[in-house]
Amino acid sequence: MNGDPRILPLRLEAVSYEVRGRRLIHDVSGLFDQGTRSVILGPNGAGKSLMLRLCHGLIRPSAGRVIWCGASAGRAPRHQAMVFQRPVLLRRSTAANIDFALSLRRIGRHERRRRVAEALDMAGLARLAKVPARVLSVGEQQRLALARAWALEPEVLFLDEPTASLDPAATHAVENLIDTVNRSGTKIIMTTHDLGQARRVADEILFFDRGRLIERAATQAFFDSPESPEAEAFIEGRLW
Amino acid sequence: MRSSRFTALLLGVLTPGVLTLGALALGALALVCFLSTATSAEERFLVLASTTSTDNSGLFDHILPLFEEETGIAVRVVARGTGQALGLGRDGDADLLLVHDRSAELRFIAEGYGVARREVMYNDFVIVGPQSDPVRIKGMDDVVEALTKIAAVRALFISRGDDSGTHRAELRFWDEAAIDVDAASGSWYLEAGAGMGATLNVAAGKPAYTMSDRGTWLSFENRGTLELMIEGDPRLFNPYGVMLINPERHPHVKAEDGLAFIEWITSEAGQAAIASFKINGERLFFPNAAPAE
Amino acid sequence: MSEIAEAFRTAFQLIVGFDAELGEIILLSLRVSLSAVALATLIGVPLGAAIALFRFPGRGVLTVLLNGLMGLPPVVVGLIVYLFLSRSGPLGVLNLLFSPTAMIIAQCVLVIPIIAALSRQGIEDLWREYEEQLRSLGAGPGRAILTLIYDGRFTLLTAVLAGFGRATAEVGAVMIVGGNIAHVTRVMTTAISLETLKGNLALALGLGIILIILTLGINSAAYLMKSAAQRRET
Repeated sequence: MNGDPRILPLRLEAVSYEVRGRRLIHDVSGLFDQGTRSVILGPNGAGKSLMLRLCHGLIRPSAGRVIWCGASAGRAPRHQAMVFQRPVLLRRSTAANIDFALSLRRIGRHERRRRVAEALDMAGLARLAKVPARVLSVGEQQRLALARAWALEPEVLFLDEPTASLDPAATHAVENLIDTVNRSGTKIIMTTHDLGQARRVADEILFFDRGRLIERAATQAFFDSPESPEAEAFIEGRLW
Repeated sequence: MRSSRFTALLLGVLTPGVLTLGALALGALALVCFLSTATSAEERFLVLASTTSTDNSGLFDHILPLFEEETGIAVRVVARGTGQALGLGRDGDADLLLVHDRSAELRFIAEGYGVARREVMYNDFVIVGPQSDPVRIKGMDDVVEALTKIAAVRALFISRGDDSGTHRAELRFWDEAAIDVDAASGSWYLEAGAGMGATLNVAAGKPAYTMSDRGTWLSFENRGTLELMIEGDPRLFNPYGVMLINPERHPHVKAEDGLAFIEWITSEAGQAAIASFKINGERLFFPNAAPAE
Repeated sequence: MSEIAEAFRTAFQLIVGFDAELGEIILLSLRVSLSAVALATLIGVPLGAAIALFRFPGRGVLTVLLNGLMGLPPVVVGLIVYLFLSRSGPLGVLNLLFSPTAMIIAQCVLVIPIIAALSRQGIEDLWREYEEQLRSLGAGPGRAILTLIYDGRFTLLTAVLAGFGRATAEVGAVMIVGGNIAHVTRVMTTAISLETLKGNLALALGLGIILIILTLGINSAAYLMKSAAQRRET
């Protein structure tokens, strides 16, 4: 999966989003490049989830543009995947959930079987392959959602608060999985409001507050010396 | 355990592909049903619109197989009140009518909807009522006088109220008695708006007086405390006529087979078949076809 | 009281003796109602799914209309279908009146709103849950509908059963368009109605008992399958 980028980099040009006249995202610009783990951090209501959905194309910006700059940009949706805060699993077996996603990409039967097995292995779900997905524990469900996304071999993986409803052990497992996926060459763009998680996962932080991108910095720099008062307050927990 | 393994097996094959196949199979099933009814429609048969009172008596089950045996023509009976049966004929939804309202039948023919009318048979109406007979009409031989007594004490009377031949006949008696039943409707005079059997069910349940054709009354099994009150008044005479729907108005009417039926039911064989139909040893219908002109 | 005991005795005798005419009536009932429900499923489920998924002008009106039509009186349906199929009606040339096909059409019209409205509800609930995920995975509308129908199969089964119950129980529509012709269009409900009119209350109730047993049988089979499946797949 390494090698020349297919759709990256992703460029945002003055992206805004409003619903019924209320502006929820203000003028966000920026560039996302290959490989790194970018974490969108901010309090509830900062517009983190909306940002992910705008990037992923689930919603369209009211103003500004979301541009994929790579050679295969015309088929950008095929090279992305998203994991939602609450895993959405189909009412069928664990393996069939992955197989379903692959079949939507028109991947042949043999190749599907191989990738399903590989993805289950990676997520540590191989022995649950035939179990109905909806009787898995929440942690297992989220790992399955990740495995399903990973099996699509996306160049960019979006994760929307993937551990928000998980206990520490399950959170740890999911974070490990994110790391594995990233090391296989997939760009990670993820939201969280959890400072600890941001520290553990991120290469860079994009700090959002009330729909605005307040500051963007490498993880270490952001936590050591935030430039904006909002970020400083958030890190110190004053906004909670 | 066994059964759950069986269902598991069953569901194992319930994949989307199989589901699509299932949908196709459903479609095929529906199609087959359509085709099978289409072919059955090609058999040789007549549609005879008749009255509920005739059908409920069982007369048709007795005579129609004889006709079919002789001619190979099946007769499908649709039972409605006389008014509705005439309506079916007017719309061309039947080939033949066998009803009992002479003046309406003659009007129907005059309007050009029916042809080849023949008298077939008659039965008679009876007045039935509760055993206790609160109005004391049992055994009277004047039906109009009896109805006048019922109205005078406002005893419960159930009317068909369905524009059938029986209903129309009953209304003529009230007319003769100069009683305005429309004004009384809902108080002592109740309109069932239903067939003869349903009306007898209501009368038995109340109990109340009602007028019935003798055939339905004799074959009716849920009498409760109802008993025969009045019979034999010549005005209770109830003649049936048969006719063909005018093929010039409705070209699809099976005129040839229909005329064969009219021919048969007024022939000696048909008349004998009617005469031989009995319930509890009692004759219900009296053939009276005049010889063909 | 004795009438009720008599009815059970009659029902028992009819079942044990396996009366040929009764068999014919039961088979026709099943054929008519199953065909009607099969057709109504093929029309109603995609219709319900389409209303659940697509936004279009008049969608709200259509939803209210479908929900309202669930309570359509069978007699009214029978009358409308009759007016269409009558020799004097627009489809009179097809010569379908007083045939099992006419009864299938009438019951189909009766049942479509039930199946469509219930599947719309079920599929819309599922779509709310699945929408973003399916769009993220790149499923087009066709594939999305198939997925929702498959994943909503238990809800849809309930909808179909509701439709089947309605079809087997109604008498008004088949009486008008079928005519209750012996050996041709006589089904369980019209036979029951006829025997009631004849005052054969025990026989009528006996037939009613058999109809209830049939309906219960089909529903329990479906229920057992459904609950076993849900244990397996949640």
